[in-house]
Amino acid sequence: MKKSRIGKAVAALALAGFALAACGGNTGSDEATTDTAAGGSEVLSVVAAYSSAIEEPWDGVIHEALQELADAGEITYKYIDKIGYASGAFERTLRQIAEEDKPAIIMGDSFGNEESARKVALDYPGIAFVMGSGGGPAEPNFSVFDNWIHEPAYVSGVLAGSLTKTNILGIVGGIPVPEVNRIVNAFIAGAQSVNPNIQAKVNFINSWFDPAAAKEAALSQISAGADILFAERAGVIEAAAEKGLLVFGNQMDQKAISPEFVVTSNVWNMRPTVNYILDQVKAGSYTAQDLKDFSMVAKGGATLAEINTGVTGGVPADVVAKAQAVMDSIKSGVFRVDVNEGIPAGSVTK
Amino acid sequence: MIEVTQEIIGASLRIATPLALAALGELVTEKSGVLNLGVEGIMYGSAFVGIATAAQTGSLTTGLIAALVTGAAAGLIFAFLTVTLGVNQHVAGLGLTLFMISFSNSANRIMFTADGGQVSVDPWRPFNFGGPIFSQYWITYATFLIIVPLTWWLMRRSGLGLKIRAVGENPEAADVAGINVTKTRYTAILIGSLYMAAGGAFITLAFVGSFTINIINGRGWVALALVIFGRWKIGRLLAGAALFSLVNAGQLQLRLLPSFSDVPFEILLALPYLAVIVGLAVSGRNVPYPGAYLKPYKRH
Repeated sequence: MKKSRIGKAVAALALAGFALAACGGNTGSDEATTDTAAGGSEVLSVVAAYSSAIEEPWDGVIHEALQELADAGEITYKYIDKIGYASGAFERTLRQIAEEDKPAIIMGDSFGNEESARKVALDYPGIAFVMGSGGGPAEPNFSVFDNWIHEPAYVSGVLAGSLTKTNILGIVGGIPVPEVNRIVNAFIAGAQSVNPNIQAKVNFINSWFDPAAAKEAALSQISAGADILFAERAGVIEAAAEKGLLVFGNQMDQKAISPEFVVTSNVWNMRPTVNYILDQVKAGSYTAQDLKDFSMVAKGGATLAEINTGVTGGVPADVVAKAQAVMDSIKSGVFRVDVNEGIPAGSVTK
Repeated sequence: MIEVTQEIIGASLRIATPLALAALGELVTEKSGVLNLGVEGIMYGSAFVGIATAAQTGSLTTGLIAALVTGAAAGLIFAFLTVTLGVNQHVAGLGLTLFMISFSNSANRIMFTADGGQVSVDPWRPFNFGGPIFSQYWITYATFLIIVPLTWWLMRRSGLGLKIRAVGENPEAADVAGINVTKTRYTAILIGSLYMAAGGAFITLAFVGSFTINIINGRGWVALALVIFGRWKIGRLLAGAALFSLVNAGQLQLRLLPSFSDVPFEILLALPYLAVIVGLAVSGRNVPYPGAYLKPYKRH
């Protein structure tokens, strides 16, 4: 009797331990080899702390930029993701990084963990804290960035508004936070700028990941007449491909998912932000600031992926030219896309 | 209007497919007296292993088989813990779910997402027999035309079904009557796990064709609720799945109507859950749990 009880306890513990071990934050690291590269220039160490997973496109973009630099030997990079939003978890992780890794720069996303991130930053003024945030910068060392791809989204809208035949566009978003709303609203505004009859159908799935729900929402928009889709979230491109409709990607170039139907994507690129921070830290002139501009079109932080004229049905040259002209006027600063962070309604008309 | 209604019904059948499969699997399991809270995890792990295998081998069928094998393996581990060792079923089930999800996410990162990619396949396409209602994936047709009647026959007419119900109601009496309680419960858990695995594989191999983290997003928990909603009866369980899926498909269309444009979308998204909760509140009182629910059986 006693023996079997011990057996049970061991089995249960083993399973629980297994599960815990597997679900704790994953860490990845590149060997922190040398502090100086061959050329003698300083190799800074960067540690990233992500509340969500690097598979989440928002964190994925930051991770990709840092990983590229690490692969090129320009920084040493280590990350911890899936820290989550449990009380104290993010603060504990940041303090541990600051105490044990002593990096030059800590990057990450402080959405939902805003207060703890700012508290830790105050205690380590020698480290540059560069965090994705909806808030403002804080002296001496807390800088903020965010994704601002509403400009390419507007140009995508220009393309969609020119290409639609039914004048109905379908848009599926994750959760209507300002970062999502301004992209969706800019897409609609772009479409309406070239086609005042545009009717936009907008669904939110209230999750960052549920491709099945996103696809179902997209299919409902198609049955309501939408002939072009905007995939703010995963799952929508799959719906477009199944129904043979054109679709716009988001966050990174998503052409590879369906080369026949993805016209272009609104791409966020974190390299300009990271490069700027590295330069500032190396020069000893780093201060807290809002890095918004480095994630916009003018400085290359936001781009429109190459327009895929090979999609089914093609994209007429005059439409490409029109989109290009709008992009150029954004780049040159002549035209500014409105930032509208209100929650879009389910059915939007001009 | 007729077209929209057809679209809604067609969509509900799609939405209901993984829910019905997982819930039927849970029903078979629970009828034997075992609660399997690993349903979410089994769906998740099978969804991942299915598409990972399909992507590597280029064969959706091989992917489906791998998903079923994953479900069977997870079911056997769960059966060993709960039936042979008599471990607390809540702990074992939740542990299994945590493990399967974390295992899949880790494997996904190592195999596919480390370089910023995602695993995808060219999925099964719907067969169109005319109209939105009859444009469904083969797994959906198989679920409602073959698996549902087969499960009904299994539980109500077959010898195995009788044994499953017997060990779920009164394992002592079943044992006295010469039924091998352990073997019967293992069988029920195994059958149930295969159903759950098929439900998970449907999402990656047919409906979506790709895998991202959170792919199941609580559908396993909905399946658990549907079993209670259905009071362990197949017909009522399907009615619950139909209600949930119809309201779900309906609210998606509702959101797009200009007149509902300004209703907070959260309210619309909550409607299917509200419908099931209301249904449960109206009809779910005095729920006849299986007699030996949650009770491990040991000969004394």
